[in-house]
Amino acid sequence: MNVHVLGSDVETRTLAIVGDLKGLEGPLLPILHEIQAEFGYVPQESLPVIARELNLSRAEVHGVVTFYHDYRDHPTGRHVLKLCRAEACQAMGGDDLAERVKSLLGIDFHQTTLDGAVTLEPVYCLGLCSCAPAAMLDGEVHGRVDADLAKELVTEARR
Amino acid sequence: MTITIFVPRDAAALALGADRVATAIAREIETRGIDARIVRNGSRGMHWLEPLVEVRTERGRIAYGPVKPSDVPSLFEAGFLQGADHPLCRGRTKEIPFLARQTRLTFARCGVTDPLSLEDYRHYQGMKGLEKAVTMQPADIIQQVTDSGLRGRGGAGFPTGIKWKTVLEAPGAQKYIVCNADEGDSGTFADRMIMEGDPFVLIEGMAIAGLATGATKGFIYTRSEYPHAIETMIAAVEIARKAGILGPSVLGSGKAFDMEVRVGAGAYVCGEETALLNSLEGKRGIVRAKPPLPALQGFLGRPTVVNNVISLASVPVIMDRGAEFYRDFGMGRSRGTIPIQIAGNTRHGGLFETAFGLTLGEIVDDIGGGTASGRPVRAVQVGGPLGAYFPRALFDTPFDYESFAAKDGLIGHAGITVFDDTVDMLKQARFAMEFCAVESCGKCTPCRIGSTRGVETADKIAQGIEPQKNRELLADLCNTMKFGSLCALGGFTPYPVLSAMTHFPEDFSPAPIAEAAE
Repeated sequence: MNVHVLGSDVETRTLAIVGDLKGLEGPLLPILHEIQAEFGYVPQESLPVIARELNLSRAEVHGVVTFYHDYRDHPTGRHVLKLCRAEACQAMGGDDLAERVKSLLGIDFHQTTLDGAVTLEPVYCLGLCSCAPAAMLDGEVHGRVDADLAKELVTEARR
Repeated sequence: MTITIFVPRDAAALALGADRVATAIAREIETRGIDARIVRNGSRGMHWLEPLVEVRTERGRIAYGPVKPSDVPSLFEAGFLQGADHPLCRGRTKEIPFLARQTRLTFARCGVTDPLSLEDYRHYQGMKGLEKAVTMQPADIIQQVTDSGLRGRGGAGFPTGIKWKTVLEAPGAQKYIVCNADEGDSGTFADRMIMEGDPFVLIEGMAIAGLATGATKGFIYTRSEYPHAIETMIAAVEIARKAGILGPSVLGSGKAFDMEVRVGAGAYVCGEETALLNSLEGKRGIVRAKPPLPALQGFLGRPTVVNNVISLASVPVIMDRGAEFYRDFGMGRSRGTIPIQIAGNTRHGGLFETAFGLTLGEIVDDIGGGTASGRPVRAVQVGGPLGAYFPRALFDTPFDYESFAAKDGLIGHAGITVFDDTVDMLKQARFAMEFCAVESCGKCTPCRIGSTRGVETADKIAQGIEPQKNRELLADLCNTMKFGSLCALGGFTPYPVLSAMTHFPEDFSPAPIAEAAE
């Protein structure tokens, strides 16, 4: 989702999202999720709009955006591959798997391949601990990821 | 008669190819012109057999698994629609030893029903608890929950009834029920399975909690890492609303209760109840000091029940079958059943609901069947990333809150992660500190700084730099974190670290690195 949008467009679309959700009790996280779904990340230009509409300071909004691992300040590659790094996956060779995937993609965690195809991210538990090691490619879950499946996932993500 | 085939939609089954299996079955049904339908049920919790396909026959449901898409034609050839034998046939589902040995109260319907069918839910005894609750006084509902001995299944083990009583008696025009579905612990997936496999039981439990405390609004706060659970839960809330289970008049009682599903944003600490409340309010997930208790000043400063998914999902059966029925399971002060999640390097990974009191060894060796790798079990971590590592020497510990506390551990959310003898316990101890450093909310110093110093100290031990001094330093640091941290993140990170040092000291005395010869 490598979306490039104009600043004024960000403001208009942010305003529409905030308008839809600001009636909720505690609306900021739902708004930020919606903005990230819309743009692929949380654009800086959206923060003052949110702050103004929710009667918060821009610093408060910035503080929330930066607290949570999910919110990104830049677009990802076309695909996002998440590898579970938690204990149950470690017990089933998750560390080796991570090294293998990193070398297949030629990138480290939190990086995107030069062709903009894949972003690699760590995740701390997908709740698939009984079929570890686990991975998620664009929202699709995979369990018992061995060397072959890892290669398949990387090939799929490269497309 | 239409034949019913069950192919799970639980994320664990999907991760092992359940969707492709369902597609393959649908294709065979069509080409063969068979009168059959596919129900996408939850998981039975036998994840080593997933995707576990079941067929309803005159002899009951017959199980086949683990099924690959390429197995599907041969299943049809063999006559699996009539429950015929096949190399993948596991016999009658309920006679599979892993299931037959369980006491399924909270998970009674999980894997049995279509999760989004209210008809199925009612057919399998669902909604009976809420039907009773609407006719009762709030104090009587709470008395029943208190008498059942139900304690918080999120890990803290606080008596649920007492928490509810505090909220009932707290003054306030608006009160809330907040379901903590931020199941971030590695090795746990019970909340996810309930939300994906039997969402109405959680809705029913929350509605009962609302009636009992006078709260009219509920929130399920779950994780962005659980897209399938979110989707199912949102759909179920919508169905319940249309059916009059939620809304201005719960089951026509004239009492209001409604709820929303909210999604976190990847912060582990938001599983801590006060951080969760801040997050729900749209703030940074920073831990609050207690008091004030959330029961008195919770969401938006109003009286709030914060309960784990499994606590709330256990309430309907208590209301339906009575406090005594539930209380009669278990041991000591740990009453009822607990869904144990067996994960990591295990042969039979999955969910096993049973009364408290099995020993750790029975769970890991008998039920879990040892390691998947076939190597000896060396350590098991009980209770997620903040839980202690247990060696084989402590496998006689009975699974209940007090027995684990007595062995300097905790049962937490009842997740058990099994490791074989290739595990490096110093590395695991370092990871516990590293995880704490990454996930610390930053409010209190022992957690924020201590975790980073912990990583550095573990690294020094690994490098053979003054190992004795640094082991003492690490233990001292753990002590500071344990007693000085504001919440369980900093306070419990010492459990995995100290238990690893105590039970596996050999891993903390690495051979000094030999100087490279010139």
